[in-house]
Parts: sequence; C-alpha cells; structure tokens
Amino acid sequence: MNAMISTATPSTAYNFAYLDEQTKRMIRRAILKAIAIPGYQVPFASREMPMPYGWGTGGVQVTAAILGANDRLKVIDQGADDTTNAVSIRKFFEKTSGVATTTLTADATIIQTRHRIPEKELTETQVLVYQVPIPEPLRFLEPRETETRVMHALEDYGLMHVKLYEDIATHGHIATTYAYPVKVEGRYVMDPSPTPKFDNPKMDDCAALQLFGAGREKRIYAVPPHTSVVSLDFEDHPFEATKFDHACALCAATHTYLDEVITDDAGGRMFVCSDTDHCEERRAEGHRGDLLGEAPAAIAGSAA
Amino acid sequence: MIRPVLAIDNLAKSFTMHLQGGLAIPVIEGITLDVAAGECVVLGGPSGAGKSSILKMIYGNYRTDAGAIRVATGEGETVDVATAEPRRMLGLRRSTIGYVSQFLRVIPRVPALAVVIEAASAFGIGGDEAEARARRLLTLLNVPERLWSLPPATFSGGEQQRVNIARGFIADHPILLLDEPTASLDAKNRAAVVELIETKKRNGTAIVGIFHDDDVRERVATRIVDVTRFASRAA
Amino acid sequence: MTGQPLLTAESVTKFYGSRLGCRDIGFELYAGEVLAVVGESGSGKSTLLKLLSGQLEPSGGRVLYRMRDDVTRDILTLTEAERRFLFRTDWGFVHQHAELGLRMGVSAGANVGERLMAVGWRHYGRIRDEAETWLERVEIDATRIDDRPTAYSGGMRQRLQIARNLVTSPRLVFMDEPTGGLDVSVQARLLDLMRGLVADLGLAAIVVTHDLAVARLLSHRILVMKDGRAIETGLTDQVLDDPREPYTQLLVSSILQP
Repeated sequence: MNAMISTATPSTAYNFAYLDEQTKRMIRRAILKAIAIPGYQVPFASREMPMPYGWGTGGVQVTAAILGANDRLKVIDQGADDTTNAVSIRKFFEKTSGVATTTLTADATIIQTRHRIPEKELTETQVLVYQVPIPEPLRFLEPRETETRVMHALEDYGLMHVKLYEDIATHGHIATTYAYPVKVEGRYVMDPSPTPKFDNPKMDDCAALQLFGAGREKRIYAVPPHTSVVSLDFEDHPFEATKFDHACALCAATHTYLDEVITDDAGGRMFVCSDTDHCEERRAEGHRGDLLGEAPAAIAGSAA
Repeated sequence: MIRPVLAIDNLAKSFTMHLQGGLAIPVIEGITLDVAAGECVVLGGPSGAGKSSILKMIYGNYRTDAGAIRVATGEGETVDVATAEPRRMLGLRRSTIGYVSQFLRVIPRVPALAVVIEAASAFGIGGDEAEARARRLLTLLNVPERLWSLPPATFSGGEQQRVNIARGFIADHPILLLDEPTASLDAKNRAAVVELIETKKRNGTAIVGIFHDDDVRERVATRIVDVTRFASRAA
Repeated sequence: MTGQPLLTAESVTKFYGSRLGCRDIGFELYAGEVLAVVGESGSGKSTLLKLLSGQLEPSGGRVLYRMRDDVTRDILTLTEAERRFLFRTDWGFVHQHAELGLRMGVSAGANVGERLMAVGWRHYGRIRDEAETWLERVEIDATRIDDRPTAYSGGMRQRLQIARNLVTSPRLVFMDEPTGGLDVSVQARLLDLMRGLVADLGLAAIVVTHDLAVARLLSHRILVMKDGRAIETGLTDQVLDDPREPYTQLLVSSILQP
C-alpha cells in the first residue's frame, strides 16, 4: 500500500475512540501504575470490545485511553500495515475517533503493534502499544495465578530459567524465538508479548514509552522510556538475537527481521522484511533486492 | 574395688500386655550389679529368667520400671541409662556401649565388609584403620574373603552371626554386651570368639554376657551371676 | 553435634474448627537426627508435618528453627520470602506422591536444577553437571537426564524427588510417607538409599509413616500419634521392642514380621 497519512471523519454515534471517558480514566490509572512499576502486571477492568479476544482488545483499549485528537496512529500486525488485523484496527480508530493514521513509523505518535517492533529507532515522542495474548511469563510452567503473583512479589524466578534450561537440554541452544522472557529494570520478569526475540534488544533503553495490553487476561504493563530490559540467559549460553542467512529480497536489508513468503505452488519462496514501511522506505532510497521487480505485487506492494 | 564402669542398682522390669487384658508379666526385680573394667560378668539362669532383658535395659533397648543403670562415659561423666534422653542414649551407644545381638539385622544391599566398617566409623575410627580392623576380624572369624563384598542377606546363619560379631567387636567401647554370640557357631569359631573376648578383657573392656555353652562360659567368665535370684515370681 | 536443637516444637496444637488436628506436640530435633512420626490415617501426623514445616498455622504453640546463621527463629514470624528461601535451600520436602513434588512437564535435569537456578546458578553446564551427579547418587542412569518424570517408574520418580530436594544440601528434610504406594522391592531399595544419604549427609529428617519398618530402618527416634496426640516417644528400637502404650503394642503386633 502507499505510505500515507490519512484523516477521516469520526462517527458521532460513539464517544471519541469508542470507550467512554470513565473507562478511559480507569485504564489511564492502570497505565500510570504500570509505568511507575516497570514490568509489573497491573490488573484492569478490561471491557468487552466490538471484536473478538485475540484480535487485540487489550492493545485497542490502551490505545483508546491514550489517544488524543492530534495523535497520528500507525497499526501493524507482524510488522505490516496492510494485514487484516492492522487494517481493521486502523479503520476502527478512524471511524470512532477520526484521528490521523499513518503507515510511516517516523510520523506516528502512537504505534499499536502485534508481534513486532518497527525497525526504525523509536523516539521520545512516540508510544508503542503491544497487543498481548498471555501476559504471564511464568504461566506455562506454573498454572496457578495466585502462585505466579507471589513468585513475582518475591522475585522467585528460578522457574524462568528452568524453561531456558529445558530448551538447551532439548535443542542444544535456547530455542525460544519469540515471547522471550526479559527482566525489566532488574526487577520484574516480563513477557514481551509474542514479539520475536530479534526485537528484544530494541526494548532495552528504548526512547519511546512501551505499553502492553492484554484484554482477555485483563492486565496492563509498561516499560517507561530508557528502561533496562535484559533478556534472560545462561553464562555459557548467552542471549543471541535471531540472525538471518538472507538479505531482504526486495530491499537487500541484512539487519532486519525477515518473513519467509511462499510465492508459488512449486516451492518457490523468498525472504522479505516483515516491516513493510521500513522496506518501502529503503526501496525508495534506492536499495534493491535480488527479486525486486519479479516479486508479485501482493508481496512487494506498489513501491516495487 | 575400683570404681565400676557399669553399676546396676535395684533394677526392676515387667511387661504389661495390654492386648491381653493388661496382663502384667514381671521379669526381674531388685537386681544390683557392678561391673569393673576388664571383667566379664556372665549372666546365668534358665531361659526366661530375664537375662536378655537385662542386657537390653543396659543398652536402652528396653525400658526400666525402677532402679538405675549408671554408666561411666569416656569423658568421666556418669549417665543413668534408665532416665537418659534418647539423644544421650544414642551418644552412649556410639561412644560407650557396644552390643552383639543374637542375630544380624540385615541391611539390604550393604556388603559384609561395609557393614563391619560402618560400626567402626560410628565409633569414630577412621577409614584405613577401620578397614584394616574389619579385614582382620573377618579373617579371624573365618568369613571367606569372597563373601566380603556381598550383602549378608544371603549368608548362612553362622556366617551372618560371624559378621555380626565382627561388627560388635571392631570398636573399642568401654562396655560390651554379648547376647549369646556363640549360639550358632562351630567349635573352631567359638574358640575364635573366646580369643576376641579375652583380648577385650585384657584391654580393659567391661563385658556382660550370656552364653549357653558351658565351655565358653567357663573360659571367659570372671564371675557368673545367677539372675534366678532376681527373677520376679509370676503374678 | 552442636548443643542447640535444629528444630523445636513447643505444645504445637491445631484445631480445624472444633475438630482436633493435633494437640500439645513437643520435641527437639538435633542436627543429624531422624525422627519418625507414626500412627494410622487420621492420627494427625500429616497435620503435624504441615505445622512443623510452616505450611499450616498452629492454633497454639510454636515451632522454632535454627537458621544457617545460628539464629533461632519462630517459623511463623518468617516472611513468606524467608520461608520460601528456607524451603529451597535449607529444607526439603518429600511428598508421598512424587507428582506433587516434581514438575512433571520438564525433564529430570530441570527438576534437579530448579533449586540451583532459584538460588542464582546461571551456568548451564555446571547446573547440568550437578544434576547428573545427583541423578547418579540416587541411582538414576545419567542418560535419562533429559527424560520427563512421566517416563519414569514410581520408584524412579521418588528417587528423582529426593535428588531434587537434596541438591542444595538442606539440613532438614520433611518426608510424608516417602515409600507409600511403591512395590515392596522398590521400597526396600528406596529405604536403603535414603538411609545411606541421611547418614552420609548428616541430614536431620522428620519422616511421617504408617510403616514401622520404615521407621525402624530410617529413624533414631519415634513419636507415636493417636487421635492427634503424641502417646509415646523414645528411641525407635526401644518403642518398637518394648512398647508401653496399648495402642503402640497394637501397632507393633499388627505388622507382619518378614
């Protein structure tokens, strides 16, 4: 799609950004508390949203609570602005708030994301809102909520390393490639939502405010700007961000997170940037990947 | 007479069988007996006279109804077994009182040599010395070396008993209680046990024992105390 | 042996509403001592074990524990953080059902390594080496280190649970019917193993069991419970060979002599 900034006329049938003001205040209080205690999961009275759980109801509520009339909103899903989830949420806010939307990372003041952090370095004037399915990093090892809360309270995090140990024992290396647990500001262990571990280093000392919303689980947590976010690891198996053997087939980038795309029924495939905006920007700057020009428009977009 | 190592004073014991309507079975009463270092006091009398019960009371295995059992410890203290705290009693068993029962209580999977060494270690005899002593004793008691590395569970009664004796004699407890140690032994091994007892006596161990064979009894006894005179009359 | 007891129970009492759990239990346990608590189901022995290990709050009395710094503390006044720290360092708890004491969803190595990671071990290789050492100590083939306990037999699970508890060199281990539910031959092996470990490591232990053979083989002292009270205590062999109370005599006479 074209990089663009668009404005829309809001529907007057809804309050600004759908949620009523009382609810927004409640969510803002939770956000403030989350910012005050980096990495701590703050319970909040998650509302029913006009979309199913799993579609980003947590992120949408956080965005709705912080959205102002002058904000410019970008919504991405797996790095892309043009996937169903991203398009739906962007339209939702266009319709209910009328704020300007954009696909340009640099132009956005609020970026709601599912599964990725944009490649372009974020700034102090931006807020990154994550959609979180399961906020509790200890959940798969400890099913009791009462117990995981106590474990957080007491910094009883041996269990987290049990998971990493198990990875190495099974695969010879830490095979967790997404939702890779981190420790925030030396205190709370946090699930960075299902972002690939490739993005973990971007969370550390990030200039932008990072907010996490889990609608079904009714939790909000936050990483304030310039907060330490350390990926857990072992001394003899240090954390390593994912590296790719390929360059982006469209923009030739070698430092970005790549998606594998199947191009035909004969096993044809290509690796392209998952961050569509970043890829398009690079192509606009003249970077050319091996398959640029051959790739279907559906993958390359109109910037090809 | 020198100060006794073991002084039994007016000791009494009976059993109350609650499962048989509270039937009281008196065993022994009014027994008073001093044993000095280097002595071997043999308890005499027919079976059922309470000889084993006396040994078990001295070892703290049976409780007493009345009286005292004063034991001089290596540290110069005197402890009354009849009233000693369990922890104190366990200490006495480690440091002061040795006991050779009629049968070896078999511990699964532990080899014979280790069973014997363990008794020395509990007394505080170190690794090499303990093993040397264990080997010497097992050899002396004619336990074939091929059996040493095997758990005694499968041994014959006589072999088990000789392991048991080695276990009882390996440490240097000042007091040694012997409950028919020679019962299931042949003449050759009985002679070996007699020799061990003589050595203990020479080294100043106070021994209280029960022996059924007259010849062993005659050879080791410093004196024989007939416990029949202390036996309670049946109620 | 130091002069101060490791654990002291003073008139420990627990009522569930008006129903008695246990009443006026008092004893001292010293380092290296093994105490067996025997009695039939419902006699209050499991309640007592929970009280002693701070998992249940007594209605009366108190439990004192001498910490590693030699300071004796009332375990009820410990913070939750201190209590948990105690439980993953200085204490062990062996459950009758190994599934309660193990993480069934992770490998044996992770089960053993968890306590090490909880106290700050962060070197995978060293954690794994230590886990292997402990698996061998409890007679589990080290090649099974990456198997989950679900693939283990009942006896192996119980041995794994013991390894998981002992890896941080605790001074006191609570055991709740550690051989319950196992085949007789498996029990014998486990008992012998525990006996050896307790002696080698100089562990103090409180073993709740209804099996007098377990008490005889493992413990120095015994406490017989009936209807929530300690009716008879003493040296294990003394209580078993010369039981005084009617109930103890009944218990002793009702076991089969092998």
